[in-house]
Parts: sequence; C-alpha cells; structure tokens
Amino acid sequence: MTDMPAGPVWVKSERQVERERVRRARARRSASIATASTVVFVVLAVWVVTQSPGWPRVQDTFFNPEHFARALPDVVSGFWLNVKIFLFAEPLILLVGLLVALVRSTRTAALFPVRALATLYVDTFRGVPTLLVIYMVGFGLPALRLQGIPTDLTTLGVIALTLSYGAYVAEVFRSGIESVHPSQVAAARSLGLSHGKTMRFVVLPQATRRVVPPLLNDFISLQKDTALVSTLGVLEALRQAQIYASGKFNYTAYLVAALLFILLTIPMARFTDYLAERTRRRRGA
Amino acid sequence: MNLLTIEGVWKNFHGHSVLRGIDLEVRPHEVVSLIGASGSGKSTLLRCVNLLETVDDGTILLEGRDVTDPRVNVDEVRQRLGIVFQAFNLFPHMTVLDNITLAPRQVHKVPRERAEEEAHALLTRFGLAHKATSYPDQLSGGQQQRVAIIRALATQPRLMLLDEVTSALDPMLVVEVLEIIRELKQSGMTMILTTHEMGFCRDISDTVCFLDGGVLLEKGPPEKIFSDPDEPRTRDFLRSVLEARRL
Repeated sequence: MTDMPAGPVWVKSERQVERERVRRARARRSASIATASTVVFVVLAVWVVTQSPGWPRVQDTFFNPEHFARALPDVVSGFWLNVKIFLFAEPLILLVGLLVALVRSTRTAALFPVRALATLYVDTFRGVPTLLVIYMVGFGLPALRLQGIPTDLTTLGVIALTLSYGAYVAEVFRSGIESVHPSQVAAARSLGLSHGKTMRFVVLPQATRRVVPPLLNDFISLQKDTALVSTLGVLEALRQAQIYASGKFNYTAYLVAALLFILLTIPMARFTDYLAERTRRRRGA
Repeated sequence: MNLLTIEGVWKNFHGHSVLRGIDLEVRPHEVVSLIGASGSGKSTLLRCVNLLETVDDGTILLEGRDVTDPRVNVDEVRQRLGIVFQAFNLFPHMTVLDNITLAPRQVHKVPRERAEEEAHALLTRFGLAHKATSYPDQLSGGQQQRVAIIRALATQPRLMLLDEVTSALDPMLVVEVLEIIRELKQSGMTMILTTHEMGFCRDISDTVCFLDGGVLLEKGPPEKIFSDPDEPRTRDFLRSVLEARRL
C-alpha cells in the first residue's frame, strides 16, 4: 500500500498492550482447563469400562488382537465390494434425484402424469425403510422372471439403494432449487430466457452449490447403508464378518468391519465440514 | 406510431387493486418517468409491461401488437424489452462478462466471440472494462447496477424499463448510475423509469406521470408537473419529497 493517505501513525498505547496481555493470559488458562478436563474424562471412562465385571469376557470376544489379524483379510476383501456398491450407486442416485427434482419443478400441462409419478415415487420410497426396499428388489424383482431383469445380487442391491436414496436426494435438490430467490428467475426470464434455460444457466448452478453439504451428508449415510445389501447374501464386509463370527464364536470381526466403515466416513465428514465452512465464509464476505 | 400503448390496465393483488385503469402512451425515443409514493403502483406497472405480472384487465400494445393476449409468446416479447431492477439481480455465480453475454448467446444465438466483443465494447463505453472477469460480489453497488444496465442493453432492446435503479445505492454511487441513463437518453433509447430522484427526473424526462393509489392522476412535461401541477395531491407529494430532502 504505497498510496495510503498521510495521517496519524499508530503506536500501540499502554492500555492496548495491557488489554492484549490479559487476553493472552485468559486464552492460556482456558486451554489448560480444556486439557485437564479431557484427561480426567478419558481416564474415568476407561476406568469404568475396564472395572466392569464382564470386561475380561468382552475384551476377549470383541477386542481380541489375534482374531483381529485373522479376520482382517476377508473383511477387507468384502469391504471393497461395499466401496464398489457405493461408487456405482452414488452417480445413479444423483441422476435419479436431479431428474425427479426437475420434473417436480415443471409447470407444463402435458407433463402432469410424469409429475404425479415423481411425487408418488418420492412419497413411497421416502416412507419405506431401506431394508424393506432391498428385500423387495432383491427377492421380488428376479422372481418376476422378466427378460432383462438382472439376477446378480450386487446389481439388485445397487438398484434398491438407488431407489431408496434417489427419493431423499430428489428432495434435497428440490429444496436447493426453491432456495434460489425468485428475483433471479425474474431477471433471467426478463432477458428472454425460457423456463428450461433459466433452470439450466441460472437456477441449477446456484442450487447445486448450496446443496453440496446436505448431499455429502446423505452420501455418508449411503456408505454405511451398503452393509444392508448383506441381507441378500452378498459377500461384503458385514457378511464376511458374520461368517467369521459364527465360525469362530468371536465378534472381533465386527469390530474390523466397524473400523473400516469409520475410516471411509470420517474423511467424508471432515470434507463436508470444510465445504460448509467455506460456504459460510463466502456468504459472510 | 407509439412504441408502447397502455389502455385501461387493472391489476389486483389479494382483492386489492394496485393499478386502477392506467392509460399511457410512449413514443419512440421518449423518456417517461413514473413518480409517486411507495405502493402507488409504479413498479407493478413496469412488471406488467414486462409480463412478469399478468394484467387483470386492459391491454398493452408493444409496437402495435397486443402483448397481453394469452396466446402471445412471452419470451419473444421480453426479448424486445430490457428491465433493470432496484436490487440489481445479477447472477452471482457468473462473471460480469458471462452475465452480459448469457442472453445474447442463449436467446439471440449470437456466436460467443461476437457476443463477448460487443460486451467488451459496452463495458468500455461505461468505464467498466477492467471488471469483465470479476464476480458481482467483488463490485460496488454502483458498479453492479451499471453491469445490470449493460446486461439489459446487450440484447438491444426497443424499450428500457428502469425500476428505482438508484434506490439501493448511497449518494456517492447514485451519480455514476444516473450518468449512464443520461447517456442512454442521448443515444435515443426509449425508457420508462420509476424514481425518487426528483432533480434527475426533472432533468431527464420528456414526460412525468404522477401515480396515486393505482391511478395515473396527472401527466405532463416536467416543467409543468414540478412547477405548476394541476392536482393538489401532486403538489402535496412533491412538497413532502422536498421537505424530506431538506432534513
């Protein structure tokens, strides 16, 4: 800044120096209090659990290092299937969700049946528990013996998850579309843009930016719900853990599966926080 | 022929009449100002001309064609009009350049290169050439409103509608926006504007209309309306505006 206007030059006053000293002392004090209370809490929690009468038993069945090592390879190989299901289902869900949301925001008379169908779809699949959808798609669809219906259980699982989550994501998109201020639509329409072009160039770009955090939240939920596909007999992480547990009478394999899911969702959760924080900062600016 | 003819236009909101039988004619190159208290119907009249609101009665003829006919293609009508809003309404996710070239490219099918060339020419003409790649939130209010005016101009409208374009700006920034409007008048643009800037209104208008409770109470050249209005309501309104200015 070379062109700063000439004027008084700031020299910190005694009062300001003292003020900053007090603030620093306070910050130090609250940091040490936080550390102390955390240590006390952790020690207490560990003590309560390890002193419980059943602890040795629980330690052996759930936290056995030897079983942990032996179960790990199978559960990890199953877990790749969870990741694959997630990676296939996610883009499909985004597509279904966006399409349904767009259909629901149309006003054209000819599209009324499609609009009604979209509403019915969202109402139904948001109401039915995901597990039931998986059962019905997994066991019901192939039973129809129709040409072209996949019989592969993993594919059926992906279809079921897409149907269930598509309904949620459609509503997320729709709320995003509705959150764009009407004045933006007025500005676009007054320039002569049609409803479709207004949607594509003005409303959707703003809406999708706003719904990224809630969408990521749904993705995290989907990552763990891939385990529900195990009920169809697909050999993913939870199923592998079940097999190990029932063979060895030891539940440490479940812990392995739980850890793997956490390892996948935590980075996603932090990423969501980061995006939400960034949006907040942008709006503040 | 009139560029715009408004005949007996009525508009109701929730059983309350906001426009009550408005008649108005605008000739090519004419600048018409609408003045009146908040809620007198000025903005609603502009939104009706732009078909952002549907009239409840009466007709609006644009270049002799009835645009209030429900069979008319509203997108086509709006392509001949430019409107600028009080709150700018720029698209926040687009650069200044993209804001300006969106309608020419998507509606008027101008190739990208030519649309950007024309946008640059307009930005240079109004002193904003260095802001082409900025986003709206990086601009001052005055700059945003100038961009909004340029965005409306880029589609080469036959008629510009300016809805209290300086009301959201502080006095330092009002001047730069008013300068643009003055230049538009010199270039022969036909305009209808609503404003609370009485000095500017007197200076730029060919015709001043005073609206009161949805009725076009008085209409005339600015010298007449500002110095010797016929209607006592007009006189009261102008006096109260001047008094507010003095406080």
